[in-house]
Amino acid sequence: MAKKKVSKTIDDINQRIREGKVVVVTADEMAGIVHAKGPEQAAREIDVVTTGTFAPMCSSGAFINFGPVQPAIKASSVSLNGVPAYAGLAAVDIYIGATEPAEDDPLNGVHPGQFKYGGGHVIHDLVAGKKVELRATAYGTDCYPNRSLKKRVALQELSSATLLNPRNAYQNYNCAVNLTSKTIYTYMGVLKPNCGNANYSTAGQLSPLLNDPLYMTLGLGSRIFLGGAVGYIIGPGTQHNPDVARADNGTPLSPAGTLMVMGNLKDMNPKWVAGVSMLGYGCSLAVGVGVPIPVLNADIARFTGVSDEELFTQIIDYGSDYPKGEAVSLGTVSYAQLKSGTVPFNGQDVPSVPLSSYVRALEIADLLKEWIEKGQFLLTQPVETLPAGKMGMA
Amino acid sequence: MNTKKVVLSFPPSTVEDPIIYHLIMDYGLMVNILRASIDAGKQGRVVAELKGDDNQLKNGANFLESKGVEIEPLTEEIRHIEEKCTSCTSCVPLCPTGALNVDRETWVVSHDADKCVVCLSCVDVCPYRAVTAHFQ
Repeated sequence: MAKKKVSKTIDDINQRIREGKVVVVTADEMAGIVHAKGPEQAAREIDVVTTGTFAPMCSSGAFINFGPVQPAIKASSVSLNGVPAYAGLAAVDIYIGATEPAEDDPLNGVHPGQFKYGGGHVIHDLVAGKKVELRATAYGTDCYPNRSLKKRVALQELSSATLLNPRNAYQNYNCAVNLTSKTIYTYMGVLKPNCGNANYSTAGQLSPLLNDPLYMTLGLGSRIFLGGAVGYIIGPGTQHNPDVARADNGTPLSPAGTLMVMGNLKDMNPKWVAGVSMLGYGCSLAVGVGVPIPVLNADIARFTGVSDEELFTQIIDYGSDYPKGEAVSLGTVSYAQLKSGTVPFNGQDVPSVPLSSYVRALEIADLLKEWIEKGQFLLTQPVETLPAGKMGMA
Repeated sequence: MNTKKVVLSFPPSTVEDPIIYHLIMDYGLMVNILRASIDAGKQGRVVAELKGDDNQLKNGANFLESKGVEIEPLTEEIRHIEEKCTSCTSCVPLCPTGALNVDRETWVVSHDADKCVVCLSCVDVCPYRAVTAHFQ
């Protein structure tokens, strides 16, 4: 008699977590399990698959409230360690963006600029327990008479600090090359002339959204690992675009879904929120994101069992096409090929490297696995899953 | 054949002399300039790799000293700060000698000082400031 098909709920899995019976594996491990046992048996044996990614994620930043201040101030211009923050909010609310450079940064005045300190570094310094200098000016009102403020603040003294990243954990990303005859400095790293290197940025088979390609389990309210603490997916990130060409396994062949995430900055660890200086490009913040995928059925087991051989991206010329806004695919390449160290392109073997740290991604997936196994982290049912676009209209 | 990495400090009087030319043509040394900063009429500093047999290296050194050029061995050039390094591999394609390399099994980036020619390509490229240059 055929075995009944596996069908679990998140409540079932949470009950197993509480009982200490949950079986958790990383997406790396799941690839081998599904390959060896098939998706149905894998779904029977495995409850949760953990994923991870650690890379510069420019669309990141933190909401900070630095009040109360005496006398009261309605700040109109604010900087932290000389990095401007957006102050067009209530009196003492600001948003410090990851890519904001310091006011006195020479930028690309001497090209390529070094971008030594910016918003991402401020966030990292705060999380690392360092005091930062807050400067604020105001025009003064009857209720908020204070016109200037200068003080050194530490993260734990702030009334609130929330990391809220509009777009993280891109589901797939371009592989960048440079077909011009000059070195270029991009957000995809330094690209040598004449296709001297190929830079990509993903954790591949460990990457969160490549393990739930059709957004069956993730959405508003999904509890995740964010910056070393517990955080949440709060919806699709900006530029979330499910309607792209996909492989037979459901994974997109080009950039597609994204996550908007938030978490309490005060709980985070500086190892997982690191300031970044991209030569000739700008500042950013490297963020550690780990997402647990509940293995509710064989379909989800199959999706989480995907391996680098089955994941593909497009080669894009950042020397000429991308800057013109005319990025066209110059070829499709698998992550297994990219990870091997070289990709064949235009008759040459081009050295390839990830800008995303696989070591850190794996560490995140392992940490999240440990949290779940120890019963410290329960899964949540999203209030609304991420938009699936035309796929969801079938 | 021996190789020596050296820092050459040129006094103002020699800055406009073709000293490197003489090292190559008269003393048969292979000179690989790794870094040079020269202010005409002031001073110069060249980090170079000199390759030759013992006699060539000795005679070349004598020539440099006769011209008032100070020679110091180059040591402890590039420091790879492992605590800061996330193994993002941004530096790897820019390292001309493979001194900074990634193990494709563990994905850990490491620095092999023996292969390093102190070209400094890695220093500014590292997004995490995990590679620094130190001259001694």
